[in-house]
Amino acid sequence: MSRYRVSVHIVPRKGILDPQGKAVADALHTLGFVDVQDARIGRHVVLDVAAATPDAAGDSVRKMCDKLLANPVTEDYEIARVEGLP
Amino acid sequence: MKFGVITFPGSNCDYDAFRTVVDVLGEHAVYLWHKEHDLQNADVVILPGGFSYGDYLRAGAIARFSPIMQEVAAHARRGGPVLAVCNGFQIACEAGLLPGALLRNASLSFLGQPVHIRVENPDTMFTNRYALGQVLTMPIAHGEGRFAADDETLDRLEGEGRVAFRYVDARGGLDDASNPNGSMRAIAGIVSAEGNVLGLMPHPERAVESLLGSHDGLGIFQSMLARVSA
Repeated sequence: MSRYRVSVHIVPRKGILDPQGKAVADALHTLGFVDVQDARIGRHVVLDVAAATPDAAGDSVRKMCDKLLANPVTEDYEIARVEGLP
Repeated sequence: MKFGVITFPGSNCDYDAFRTVVDVLGEHAVYLWHKEHDLQNADVVILPGGFSYGDYLRAGAIARFSPIMQEVAAHARRGGPVLAVCNGFQIACEAGLLPGALLRNASLSFLGQPVHIRVENPDTMFTNRYALGQVLTMPIAHGEGRFAADDETLDRLEGEGRVAFRYVDARGGLDDASNPNGSMRAIAGIVSAEGNVLGLMPHPERAVESLLGSHDGLGIFQSMLARVSA
């Protein structure tokens, strides 16, 4: 077994009001960043897992997202990165 | 009748619920610690308000995996009544006992205030003591109470009469200003497909005596007594 560091992005699904994202977008507009069209605020989760391969580590974290880390009703997730650990 | 009040680490309305049952209704109640596996023959299960597990990750997301939730789910599958209030509603949604999810209030503020809710279906085991369209006053106290679901689910809830309560103004009218948390279709409470699980964000157990400012919540408990003991 090797060790992998898996990063997951979990964000509110498009179409569901994200008041934090809206507040941040409004603040950015106020600061002059008028090119900001949308902001969504989510979670970045970093997990160190033991697995045989990088793919297996990603699959394992996908199962964790389906069961606990993301809410399937309101959130989408993506595995952002899988890196080998020494 | 015996009520089982589940206590999670971080529950803070378990005593209010217990007191309502024992002191106001004169019925029996037991506290059930979340690590237990025995509902002690409770006829009704109450999932109380609070901040179970500090609301880490998402409100209710971790509490739903507490050992006793397996028994609560089995109780619900048998048709046993479950009253899920505030954090209990969040836990029930996370556990799949009710559809949808409760998200951060649209205002991003924690809200602790009385609200008006309208009885949308007086034919459930939780609402049979109320009249259709009756306006009730109960407190809310939550940061994550914005009910959300996809359109198909919302249509189904409405079509099947499963919207129990909606946020309204004092005269029973719908408008955005009276929807405190931005819930979709102003939904404040829903029942499960079989009608035996009620989830709502307002606190009926904090509105059971005039001293508390309202006794409008008592009807939910009396409705259960009328239906379950019948």
